[in-house]
Order: sequence, then structure tokens, then C-alpha cells
Amino acid sequence: MSGFAKPLKIALGLAAIAALIIVPMNFNRYGLFILSQWAVMSIAAMGLNLTLGYAGQVSLAQGAFVGIGAYAAAIMTTHGWPLPAAILVAIALSFAVGWVLGYPALRVQHHYLAFVTLAFSTLAFLVFRNESWLTGGIYGISNIPRPHILGFATNKPLPFYYVCLGSLAVVSLAVWWLIRSPWGRAFMALRENPLRAQSLGIDTRRYTLMAFAIGSALGGVAGALYAPLTQYIDPVPFNLSLSLDLLMMVIVGGAGFYFGPFLGAMIAVLLPEWLRFTEGYYLMLYAAAVMVLLIWSPTGILGILDRYLAERRTKAASALHAVAKSRLETAQ
Amino acid sequence: MSNLFDLVIAGLATGAIYALVAVGFTLLWQTSQTINFAQGEFVMLPAFLMLAAMHAGAPFWLAIILGILLSMILLGLAFKLLLVDPMMRHGVLPLAIATMALAIGLKEAVKQFFSAEASPFPSIVPTGDISILGYSVSLQSIGVLVLAILAVGSLTMLLNRTSLGHQMQAAAQNPTVARIIGVPVERMILLTFLINAFLVALASLLITPIYLAKFSSGEVLGQAAFIAAIVGGFNQVRGAIVGGLLIGVLDNLAAAYVSTQYRAAVPMIFLIVVILFRPQGLLGRAEERTV
Repeated sequence: MSGFAKPLKIALGLAAIAALIIVPMNFNRYGLFILSQWAVMSIAAMGLNLTLGYAGQVSLAQGAFVGIGAYAAAIMTTHGWPLPAAILVAIALSFAVGWVLGYPALRVQHHYLAFVTLAFSTLAFLVFRNESWLTGGIYGISNIPRPHILGFATNKPLPFYYVCLGSLAVVSLAVWWLIRSPWGRAFMALRENPLRAQSLGIDTRRYTLMAFAIGSALGGVAGALYAPLTQYIDPVPFNLSLSLDLLMMVIVGGAGFYFGPFLGAMIAVLLPEWLRFTEGYYLMLYAAAVMVLLIWSPTGILGILDRYLAERRTKAASALHAVAKSRLETAQ
Repeated sequence: MSNLFDLVIAGLATGAIYALVAVGFTLLWQTSQTINFAQGEFVMLPAFLMLAAMHAGAPFWLAIILGILLSMILLGLAFKLLLVDPMMRHGVLPLAIATMALAIGLKEAVKQFFSAEASPFPSIVPTGDISILGYSVSLQSIGVLVLAILAVGSLTMLLNRTSLGHQMQAAAQNPTVARIIGVPVERMILLTFLINAFLVALASLLITPIYLAKFSSGEVLGQAAFIAAIVGGFNQVRGAIVGGLLIGVLDNLAAAYVSTQYRAAVPMIFLIVVILFRPQGLLGRAEERTV
């Protein structure tokens, strides 16, 4: 997005944030639920974007981490713990499991890694479904309370939407800071050329594990918000297709672009809703839209914008070059 | 003992079908680096094409031929021209994601245009039990096993014994050199897509009588085929065969002896162990590409 002037960028960002705060105020219950879901999925997709887009490690297990976070939050809050404590536990748990899942990434890459994480995803689903002493099995956990924040009850859809939006803001800032820190640069080095990264003294082993663990932890955060959002969870939403959906969000939005996950989650959550008037056809149209988009631009939506801006910059640069050259010639 | 024997035979029969699907999966990977996440849905669809032909009044044999031909056009030719060709040069991941979207689209299309319910499907092999060496064995299992072995056997013959097969291998191993020595690489790649479409149609014909025709039945099948392909060796046809049979038997034994709740976990754990300790697969050789 570096083609825009800085004040314009800031103005656009502020306008988007203001719109997200003000516009939903007169939305109905369902609209607010969908928008909250968008915020939650954006957090999960941002985590996967860190693992995949920045560090280049394919993971088909992000949905499982959303599940881990959701179950951690559901179990703790129904036993009387406050949600912030549950979020911390969800982060710690997903971080630890994500770290362990990172070990295969040290041995195998690309599609092999994808399949290890796919297998992990299925195993996690089986645990959610079968360990009914902990997770309620196929009956799930119901009556998950929504939190009181600074004395305000967030039972109603609008306040809880603001909880989701606020969490998204916090996570976005944290990720923004992270990818600009030396860690973020190390992640990108890992993606671009692991061998060179290692020869420059980057501990690739540690950063690979870190990329997995941090990405997974964000999945856990999303899950910990998902549980009080739906107030009822069972294993079904956390099966493999959630992991595939999240991966689709990251790629469709634009992997490795900061704003990719927001757009990808918007497409995956909102587009099917907008297409609902077509009734039985809406998922078909959604699938077709994703395929057409990827054929047109394999780097996702932001890939289109990026190409356009790069082209404009090249044109501007060559125009400047021509001007400079003609000045030189007239001076002689 | 009789129980075990029966389980192994039934496992081999399902495993042989997994092998068909896994072989197609590896063929696509070999020649065009396509990880087809819709492979399971590719198996689901032909049964519905055949059912549609039968609903239109065609006899079963004609419906089979029409189903196979339509699959080769839709899942072979159209899949390659419309989705794989435009995306192939952009790397593995975007194409893999596009096939995920394709899987959603196929499932929804069948649900919308055909039925959300499971439909029965006639069997092309006789049903009933026969007795072999004192054990009673399902005829259907034997029939499926024989047909699948025939199909994989003739494919192996095609790949290893004929000039066409050698050209396909060359196209997979080193497209540049193959092109220089005059192998029509593009046509060979198209051929593997057609073979894959034929294999999934055959798998569909064999497995649907056992598990019924349902729009969502591809999910389990696709996963089993992935696992079979990787366990056996992602870059070897015979690896995929061994992987398929192994997963079929393992799955059946796990259902009987581990627990019905965690039966799905056994192939997954097996997969993780194989990837971690022998990533090239049981039969594969590291960093080698051949069909």
C-alpha cells in the first residue's frame, strides 16, 4: 500500500475504524453476529498469515487452535472464571501446542508439513468429540457467559461486538509491531531463503517454532472470543473445514500482506451472507468467486492492488527519469 | 480368526479403492504439481453422473460408460484447461486453495441439483457370500479387489512397458529434457489428467454401492487417499498402491480392535509417524520424481 501518500493512508484507516464503530449501531442481532464473527475470524486468519504469509510455513491446523481456545474459554467461563483469564490460558495453551506442532516443520516442508498439520487437525477434532468428560462430547457446552468488562455487561450483541472489535484492534496493533520488529524480519528471511537466513546468524530453528507458536496463539485468542460469541460450542465448527477456510481466507486476501486477513475474512464470512438471496446457490457462487479470483490473481486481492501500484510507480519513475534526462540534454 | 480374515479382506477391498484414488492423486502431483484437494469430490461426482443417466432412462451399462466419459471431460479435460493451466506457473499453494474451493462447489452443486440425501447405487459385482477355505467371504469385496487390481495392473503396464508410458515418465521427471527429445509434454500432462478422471470414475463405481451416493462422501475418501499417497511415497505409483491397501486394512482393524471413537486417529498417527521418520514414504526414494 506504499503507493498512497501517508496522510491519505491515515485518513482511510481512521475512516474505516470510525465506520466499524458507528455503522453497526443500528444493525440487527444477526448483522452484529456476522460482523463479530468477521472480527473473530480476522484474528485467527492474522495468526495464520504470520505462520504462512510471513514465515512461509504451511499449516492446516489453525481451525484446531481456534477449537482449543474456544474449549478453554467455554470450560473456564462456565466454571466461573472471568474471560480475560480464560483468554490468557487459551493463549498459553495454543502457544505450547503450536510450539510442539512446529517440530515437524523442522524436519519436513511444504506439502508434507501441510499433511502433518492436517492430521493434527483431525486428531484434535476427535479429542473434542470423544473426551466428553471435559468437552461435553457431541452435546457440546452451552450457556457460555459473556463477560463484564469494567462493570459493563456485554450480554447484548452490540456491546459484545465492541469486545470483538476491541480485541481485533489490540491484536492488529501487536501484529503490526511484531512484523516491523527484528522478529518479523527474521520470519520473512525464513520464508525467502532459510539457508541464507541461517548463514546470517538467524536461529532458524527457534524462529520456525516461534512462527508456529505465535500464529497458533492468535488462533487460540480467536477461539476464546468465539465461545462467548456463539454461547454454545460443539466439535463440528472446529473440524478440518475451518482450517481449510482459514487458509483460504489468508490466500484470497493476500498471504504476506498485513491487510490480507481482514479482506479474506470479509470475503469468507460476509460474501456468503450477501449471496444468501440466491438460496441454495450461495456456496456454489462463493466457490466460483474464489476460483475466478485466484485464476485472475494467485496472490489474492491485495496482490491485484500491489501489482497496480507497482506499475504506477514504475511509470512515475520512468517519467521522472525522462524529465531528468531532457534537462541534462538541454543544459549541455 | 474368521473375523480377522474377513476384516483383512474387506480392508483390502476398500484399500484397493483408496489405492486407485491415491494413484491418480500422485499422477497429478508428478506431472503438474497439483495437490488436488477435490480428489475425494472427484470420486463422489461420477456416481451421481451415472445415477442421473439412469434417471434419464439409460440402462446401467450405458450409464456407466456415459458416467466415465463425462467424468473424463469434466474432471479431466475441463479441470485441466480451466483451473490447472492458468494457475500452474504460480506455485503449488494458490492452485491447492483453488481445488479446495472446487471441492466446496462440487459438493454444493450435487446437493442442489441432485439430492442432499444418500441414494442407493447398484453394484456391478455380485453381492452375497462365498466360502473360501472354510471362511465365508463377501463376494463384493473379492470383486472390488479383483477389478481394482486389474485397473492398477494395466496402468502400471502402460507406464512401464509402453512407449507412451515412457514418454509420460519422461515428461514427469524432466519436462525440459523431455521436450528437447521430442516428447509432447503438454499432451502427456493432459493424458495423466484423463487417466486420473478415469481412475476416480472407476473408484466411484466400486465404492458407491458399499457406502451409498452422498454429496459429502468425498471428504473421508479424499483424506484416505491423501494419507495413502503419502504413506506409500508421494512420488511413486507402486507406493500409492501399497499405501492404499495398508490404510484400508489398518482402518478396518482399528475399527474392530482399537475403538470406534478413535478409529480415525490410527491412520492419522501412522501418517505423522511416517512423515517424521520416513518423509519420502515407505517405498519412495528421496527427491526423486517418477510415475
